[in-house]
Amino acid sequence: MNLAAARRTLHTPPPPASQFPYHPGSLLSVLDLSVAGVSHLLWRATELENEDPLLRDQVLAKRKIALLFYESSTRTRTSFEFASKALGADTTLVSYLSSSIEKGESLKDTGLTLRALGAEAIILRHNSSGAAWLLEEATRLPVVNAGDGMHEHPTQALLDLRTILTHLRPGIGGIGPEALAGVTVCIVGDILHSRVARSNMLLLPRLGARVLLCGPKELLPEQAARSGPGIEIERDFEAALNRSRVVMMLRIQAERLAGLQLDLDEYKASYQLTGQRLAAHAPKAVVLHPGPIIRGMEITAGVADGVQSAILEQVHNGVAIRMAVMERALLATGQGGRA
Amino acid sequence: MTALAICGGRLVDPAAGVDGLKDILLKDGRVAEVASPGKLKGAEAAKTLDATGFVVAPGLIDMHVHLREPGQAYKETIATGTAAAAAGGFTAVAAMPNTSPVNDSPEITRWMQAPERGAQVRVFPVAAATRGSKGEMVNDYAALKSAGAVAVTDDGRPILKDGIMRETLAAAARVGLSVIQHAEDTRLTQGASMNLGPVSFKLGLRGMPVEAESSIVERDIRLVAESRDARPHLHVAHTSTAATLTAVRQARRNGLRVTCEVAPHHFLLTEEHVGLYNTHAKMNPPLRSAADRDAMIEGILDGVVDAIATDHAPHAMHEKEIEFELAPNGIIGLETALGLCLRWLHGEWKMPLGRVLNLLSAQPAALLGLKGRGTLAVGSFGDVVVFDPKAEWIYRATESKSKAKNTPFDGWTMRGKVRWTVSEGRIAYTGS
Repeated sequence: MNLAAARRTLHTPPPPASQFPYHPGSLLSVLDLSVAGVSHLLWRATELENEDPLLRDQVLAKRKIALLFYESSTRTRTSFEFASKALGADTTLVSYLSSSIEKGESLKDTGLTLRALGAEAIILRHNSSGAAWLLEEATRLPVVNAGDGMHEHPTQALLDLRTILTHLRPGIGGIGPEALAGVTVCIVGDILHSRVARSNMLLLPRLGARVLLCGPKELLPEQAARSGPGIEIERDFEAALNRSRVVMMLRIQAERLAGLQLDLDEYKASYQLTGQRLAAHAPKAVVLHPGPIIRGMEITAGVADGVQSAILEQVHNGVAIRMAVMERALLATGQGGRA
Repeated sequence: MTALAICGGRLVDPAAGVDGLKDILLKDGRVAEVASPGKLKGAEAAKTLDATGFVVAPGLIDMHVHLREPGQAYKETIATGTAAAAAGGFTAVAAMPNTSPVNDSPEITRWMQAPERGAQVRVFPVAAATRGSKGEMVNDYAALKSAGAVAVTDDGRPILKDGIMRETLAAAARVGLSVIQHAEDTRLTQGASMNLGPVSFKLGLRGMPVEAESSIVERDIRLVAESRDARPHLHVAHTSTAATLTAVRQARRNGLRVTCEVAPHHFLLTEEHVGLYNTHAKMNPPLRSAADRDAMIEGILDGVVDAIATDHAPHAMHEKEIEFELAPNGIIGLETALGLCLRWLHGEWKMPLGRVLNLLSAQPAALLGLKGRGTLAVGSFGDVVVFDPKAEWIYRATESKSKAKNTPFDGWTMRGKVRWTVSEGRIAYTGS
């Protein structure tokens, strides 16, 4: 038996190498970006934000961008649309309710149809994990993942990073693997169902941050800590707060609980971010939330509107980040390519 | 019927204890003679296949395939599925009952075996254990058996209710049929599309815990033990977890008739092969962890695994080109099983050829009670595979005889090329 085991360690079939992304302009996962690529995007976000709107309007003048949304969205959709239009692009929104998706058209066919109509890039929000990969493989267009199921939301992680840097590293120029050295970020709540958590836990440690995941077992399985380096589980919220400079609160995703029974009163008692908790355990921390926030559930109104909250800055940063991402999508030269 | 002589090859017939240079003569669909090279007595009028340098073995038997007829001919038909079987060296396949409608009647069981289906090799239907495979009402096994069913199962679905499973085991034992269980506690796998673990977390997919399989196996073994006087035979389909093998091993030590099969993908691939949502790596049971995969290899090498079965599960192209969570489970496997077993089990992990072939023919024949198959002893059916054991080749899904192309093994190097597949004395496939 041991002999067999020894033989096997010599040779078993290796997993296939990834072909993704097919297009250098695609942003499917935060892992598609090198640290230099992230730095470049942040720099371009600031440049574009400060650019004369009349000049900015020429960057993607008349380029065609399709927003393909299988889920409802306020922030992500609007900021992608504003960002694309600020660069002069033409955008169109295809949503599951008012399109042939309702008639049973597949994602592949919808993508091919958009391409045939002249779309040069597709921004996809979809309720199935991995949908952006399927769309990219089918269309070979630059695809920007605006949230796929419970998997990733890379532009959210980038705008969260911009918000964190603004507060903790004001005036920083280019960023490298040490940009967030010594910074602990705790992500709290429904980690299991959160694409925001996944993108952040994969991105922030690559810039030197430590990520603490905090939540009950039902919403935070032990395997989460094995998603990548620099990730740790701390189930005690107050202990996590004590260590953190950034606190990212997450909404409980009722639409993805799939029969999971959760005692909400108990949840609030253990994990709600209240003014008292914040003052006692993290009086200097920056409070983030990707939205939508449910006041009185994961976060109190006082904290959401309080001085430590950077929630609306996050929303605001979304436009600049997405301008940079759409510029990269359509003018990709390999700059900011794969890690 | 004309006679067929296969001469000059190395006959490997583990059930008959033969491994050496032999010529064989097939007549009227049966093995008429086995002799030393050049010594066949009745070969004059026979067509002769020159098997010099090749292995001649009992035709392979796949005890777990989905041929999709009746009802889903767009995925596969009995004719195309058995053509793929012949190309893969199989001369008999056990067809699962999750057709549309479910094969829970003697009529459908007979229909599947009718000559009009155009089968290239023998099809042995496995009938549904319960009406409509709903797990509520046990079928009439005596009638199904006399129509040709070789075992019963609700494959694709498990029999969850203890009482129904107990009744199934007892009723099948009375008529001498095996009960094949698709072991999955579906209460633990709602909405799941891959193995539960770090990879499923990372991909944001709901996962199936290994306990969903092993808990049902343990429950079934308990039920077999309770009715041991009736000698029921429980066969665990497509085993994928170490815990299942542990349970099977223990049951056997306790003298129970519990057997199991493993599919090539479960002893070769892991959850890592899902990659970035490759739907050709989606099946049920799912690809598991490396530790579970290693346990499958271990189990095959140490003998607790009784058979290699492919779980050949054809789907149309468009059905797999969709979101991972929505894509149907399953991959095709008939044309890759032998090549993978020879390359990995025999080539890499040094399992003797006779033992590999045993898992692919003699043992599945014994498990299904197929008399006169799985061996080439005189008087047996003339089911033969002749393959070049040294030939390496690259499998191309586009060239598959199956209607479907859903396989994770596209482009893989295989070892051992099928030259001829002979079904009851008739050449069913000629390889290049």
